[in-house]
Amino acid sequence: MSFTTTRIALSSILHKEVNRFMRIWVQTLVPPAITISLYFVIFGSLIGKRIGEMGGFDYMSFIVPGLIMMSVITNSYSNVASSFFSAKWQRNVEEMLVAPVPNWVIVAGYVGGGMARGILVGLIVTIVALFFVDIQIHNIWVIIATVMLTSAVFALGGLINAVFAGSFDDISIIPTFVLTPLTYLGGVFYSISLLPEFWQGVSKINPIVYMVNAFRYGFLGISDVSLAVAFSVIGVFIVTLFAIAMYLISRGIGLRS
Amino acid sequence: MQAALEISGLKKTYKGGFQALKGIDLQVTQGDFFALLGPNGAGKSTTIGVITSLVNKTEGKVCVFGHDIDSELDKAKSFLGLVPQEFNFNQFEAPMKILVNQAGYYGVDRKVAKQRAEKYLKQLDLWDKHDQPSRNLSGGMKRRLMIARALMHEPKVLILDEPTAGVDIELRRHMWDYLRELNSQGITIILTTHYLEEAEMLCRNIAIIDKGTIVENTDMKTLLSQLHIETFVLDLKPGAAQPQLQDVDHRLLDDHTLEVDIAKSQSVNAVFTQLTEQGIEVQSMRNKANRLEELFVTLVANNDKGAQ
Ligand SMILES: Nc1ncnc2c1ncn2[C@@H]1O[C@H](COP(=O)(O)OP(=O)(O)OP(=O)(O)O)[C@@H](O)[C@H]1O
Ligand SMILES: [Mg+2]
Repeated sequence: MSFTTTRIALSSILHKEVNRFMRIWVQTLVPPAITISLYFVIFGSLIGKRIGEMGGFDYMSFIVPGLIMMSVITNSYSNVASSFFSAKWQRNVEEMLVAPVPNWVIVAGYVGGGMARGILVGLIVTIVALFFVDIQIHNIWVIIATVMLTSAVFALGGLINAVFAGSFDDISIIPTFVLTPLTYLGGVFYSISLLPEFWQGVSKINPIVYMVNAFRYGFLGISDVSLAVAFSVIGVFIVTLFAIAMYLISRGIGLRS
Repeated sequence: MQAALEISGLKKTYKGGFQALKGIDLQVTQGDFFALLGPNGAGKSTTIGVITSLVNKTEGKVCVFGHDIDSELDKAKSFLGLVPQEFNFNQFEAPMKILVNQAGYYGVDRKVAKQRAEKYLKQLDLWDKHDQPSRNLSGGMKRRLMIARALMHEPKVLILDEPTAGVDIELRRHMWDYLRELNSQGITIILTTHYLEEAEMLCRNIAIIDKGTIVENTDMKTLLSQLHIETFVLDLKPGAAQPQLQDVDHRLLDDHTLEVDIAKSQSVNAVFTQLTEQGIEVQSMRNKANRLEELFVTLVANNDKGAQ
C-alpha cells in the first residue's frame, strides 16, 4: 500500500472511532464527569479536610492527578474493548478484513480512537476539577507525555481483551477484577511512601503506580518513583502489548475461521 | 486472457474437523456472470470466505486476476467487492458513513468517496435514508446498502452471496437489472443463490456445488440442454372420460388432474390432439416444477450415489 492509501485507511478508522464515542456521548463522556465530581465532593471536600496534607499538598490537590489518570485509563480501555468487540459481534470488522488495510493500521486506528476518548475525558475531568481546586502545572510536557502513553497502554489492553472476548461479559471482567483494584492500589488516593516497606515493594509491581506518579509529577513536581523508571515501565508495556496485539490481529485470532 | 478468478484444489477443514470443501476447482473469466449454486451447507459461503480472506483455507490455491492470495493478498483484495450473506455493517451507523469509511479502507479520498456514496445510494434507491441509523432500513434496503458498499472502491469482481435472499419479486427484478447493468460495464459478477431461476435469468456460466465438491461446471446453455424431459400438469374438465394417451408418459393424479412428460423430441400438440379426439377438454396447464430444479435434484442425487 502506498503512503496515501495507508493514511486514508488510518484516518477512516480514526474517524469512525471518534464518531462512535461522540455519537453516544451520554454514555461515554458524561459518566466520568459525574463520577469525578462525586470523588471530589466525598474525598476532597468531606473526608479530605480531615486527612490534611499528603506529600506536602492539601489532599484535594494531591488526588486530582490520580483521578484524572484513573478516568483516562478506564475510558481508553473500555472504548477499544467495547468498540472492537462490537465490530466483531456485528461482524463489521469484516469491512476492514476484506480491504487491503495493513494490520498495524487496524491496531493503530483502534488504539488512536481509544486514546482520543481517554484524553478527551481527561480534559473534561480536568475542567470539572477546576471547579473544586486550583490546578498548578509543574511540567506540561510530562503531563502530555504521560497521558498519551498511558492511554496508549490501556487502549492496547482493551484491544487485546476484545480479541479474546466471546461475549459482552468478557469485556467487563478485566476492568472489574484487574483494572479497578490496580487503580485503587496504584497510588491515586495515597502516596505509597505511607505504606510499610514490604507493601511499597509490592506496589512497585503495579504499573499504574508509575503512571499516576509520573502524571502527578507533571502537576505537583512530586513523585514516589523516578521519572526515568516510570517512562521505561510504560515504554515496555507499550512495546509488549503492541507486539501481542499485532500478533493476534495478523493471525486473525477470533476474526477468521 | 487473464482469468478473473482461478481456484484449484481448494480444501477447507473447519476447527472441529468438519471438511466443508473437499478440493474445489473453478475458473471465472473476465466479464463473466457466474453462478455458484448449491443446497444449504454445500460450501458456497465457505468458498467465498476463502476468496475474500475471511476464512483461512486448509489447502489449495486462489488467484484473483493472477494475484495469488498467499503472496499478493492486498493486490487480490483490491480487485474484489463482497456482498456477504449476512448483514455485517454497524447497525448504529448511517449508510453514508458506512460507505465513506469502506472506501477509505481502500484508500479512496474522502471527497471522492462522498460523491461516489451519493451516486450509489441514489442508484440503489437509498438516498432518503442516507443519514439514518442503518438498523432502521428494511431487509431489502440493507441488502442494497451492502451492494453499494461493495462498489465503493470500484472493484473488478463483484461477489454476491445470496443477494436476493428475503427480497420481494419486484425488488429482485430491479436488482437483477442493476447487476446486468454492472456486468455490461465490464464488472465480473459471481453470485450464489438458492433461486435457481435467478441463475438461469442472469448467468452465463454456472458451477453446482454439493457437500464441498463441484458436481457440474459448465455454461448455462449446455446445462439447460441436458434437460430432456419437461413435465406439465393439465387440469381437465371434471366428468370427462378417462384419458388414454399413446407414446406419452403420463399419470392421472385424480379424476381431473393429468401429468404428462414431454421429451424434447416430442411436441405438446400430440397430447392435445389425442385428448381432443377423446372429447376431453383441458381447462388449464402449467409447468410442474422449475426445470433447473429438477436437474439440480438429479445432479445432487447422483453425487450422493457417487459418495456411497
Ligand atoms: N465457522 C464454521 N465452523 C465450523 N463449520 C462451519 C463453519 N462455517 C460453516 N461451517 C460448515 O461448513 C459447511 C458449509 O457451510 P457454508 O456456509 O459454506 O454453506 P453454504 O453453501 O453457504 O450454505 P447456505 O446456502 O445455507 O448459505 C456447513 O456444513 C457448515 O455447517
Ligand atoms: Mg451461505
